[in-house]
Amino acid sequence: MAREETESGAIDQDALARFDEIIAADERIEPTDWMPEAYRKTLIRQISQHGHSEIIGMQPEGNWITRAPSLKRKAILMAKVQDEAGHGLYLYSAAQTLGITRDKMTEDLITGKAKYSSIFNYHTPSWADMGSIGWLVDGAAICNQVPLCRASYGPYGRAMVRICKEESFHQRQGFEILLHLSRGTKEQHEMAQESVNRWYAPALMMFGPPDADSPNSAQSMAWKIKRFSNDDLRQRFVDMIVPQSEVLGLTLPDPAIKWNEKRGHYDFGELDWDEFYEVLKGRGPANSIRLERRRKAHEDGAWVREAAAAYAARESEQAMAS
Amino acid sequence: MSETSFQVSVGEAFTAEDVAEAAEKPTEQVARYALRLGDDALILAQQLGWWVARAPELEEDVALTNIALDQLGHARAFLSYAGLAWGKTEDDLAYFRGESEFVNAQLFEQPNGDFAQTIARQFVASHFQFELYRQLQGSANATLAAIAAKALKEVDYHRDHADQWMLRLSLGTDESRRRMLRGLEVIWPFVEELFRDDELTDSLKGVAAAPSSLLEGFEKSTAAVFARCEIEIPAGFVARGGGRLGQHTEFLGHLLAEMQVLAREHPGATW
Repeated sequence: MAREETESGAIDQDALARFDEIIAADERIEPTDWMPEAYRKTLIRQISQHGHSEIIGMQPEGNWITRAPSLKRKAILMAKVQDEAGHGLYLYSAAQTLGITRDKMTEDLITGKAKYSSIFNYHTPSWADMGSIGWLVDGAAICNQVPLCRASYGPYGRAMVRICKEESFHQRQGFEILLHLSRGTKEQHEMAQESVNRWYAPALMMFGPPDADSPNSAQSMAWKIKRFSNDDLRQRFVDMIVPQSEVLGLTLPDPAIKWNEKRGHYDFGELDWDEFYEVLKGRGPANSIRLERRRKAHEDGAWVREAAAAYAARESEQAMAS
Repeated sequence: MSETSFQVSVGEAFTAEDVAEAAEKPTEQVARYALRLGDDALILAQQLGWWVARAPELEEDVALTNIALDQLGHARAFLSYAGLAWGKTEDDLAYFRGESEFVNAQLFEQPNGDFAQTIARQFVASHFQFELYRQLQGSANATLAAIAAKALKEVDYHRDHADQWMLRLSLGTDESRRRMLRGLEVIWPFVEELFRDDELTDSLKGVAAAPSSLLEGFEKSTAAVFARCEIEIPAGFVARGGGRLGQHTEFLGHLLAEMQVLAREHPGATW
């Protein structure tokens, strides 16, 4: 591990040793504990990106709230998107314990400086996409996130416990949407299949590039922020969704999927990583649209936030005067 | 179904499914009345749902969606109940009626506008619904009373939310005050219709809350907020109304077209 310097410039060997001990003992680092700057920065990057993903992720599903085809589905979808706003709030709060402000995170997001999950740069033209997002996208998110409940940084791990509980409900409701469509009319079945065809590969890419090409993974695993490699998690996800797709009566768009007795896992085909990097670089179907919507909400709301701040100042002045 | 099979005490979870399964079939008059209240709540929920991922703050995304969800819950209960009279489900009523069959008051279909206009509409809607449900929880009709008792608690929060924003926008900055006043100017003409009695409500004495009887409470509670906001009670245009008779402003058609499009593309399908 790199040697860390204190503010005075001296190497604080004792603090570093304590940090290493906590990590080795699988205990939690808390906001008041000393931590290496690189650990802090890695966490800020990861937690804020995760928060941004929740916030941007409200859009593709929000797209169907006004058109949900039954009132029950409308209610479930609204509750789900509301959960995502809540997740964004917890995650921003967890990141704030590391010394970054919410304003800074918002600015990084709307100026395009910060990243968020590329999956949300795809459009949701079909109602069945509400099913695919729940089943595949939230399903992949759960595989990624359950191990994060044990992340070494306390506030992050604890936020993830609650988030994972809600995500698992989200996944079930997505599966249920697809099941209902698949067993519905011919048009509904086709709607479900078409949607799964579009979301399958992007969902698998949510685990990040293959381990060999994942630059930040090794250090994060050493720090116990990350517990499993990208490829391990991807395999776990494929093993989970193949039998589920059979229950759904839908096919996954990969002819290479096949049970491998020897490995005890499903084999699956190569993913088109060029597409992944294209979307990551901002050349996805909806990158500019997602950012612009966030920017517009922020800018259109500026006068409201100013009014709330002015009112709060006025109230506290009056309280002081009385 | 036995007469005692449907008993819901105040505060119990009370859903559209409960109503559809357990309520007694309402009379035609009661169903028409429930339809009005259901349409008010449904149209408001639909409007508020638009704000998701567009609100000025994340906390407000959460709050407005919460209010929309509550309204949708009330709508589902009222529509499920009304539908029992005609052998229709909540979805039949929400998705397969035309514009002139909707009987919401015109206030609820007024556009979101900017955040101030949405708050002006929320302010009126929540103070109206609070008075309405407060009275309706004592209705001789057990189902209406039970729906109202549950809704009342939720609408109390909606009222507080609207009041808090009325204060902030009115007393915050010059710009926010200008917008708040403009929002009220747009919305206030639709207040009067909410308090009009008609043949239907006259025929449901002891069952329906007579709209005119809600006015005093509404005026009192809104006047207190206006005073704190240092705003004169708006006066000016009064819209002709007619929502309860299926006469609507030019906005409802667009709203329904969007809300109903997918369901109507697949008649007979379930979701």
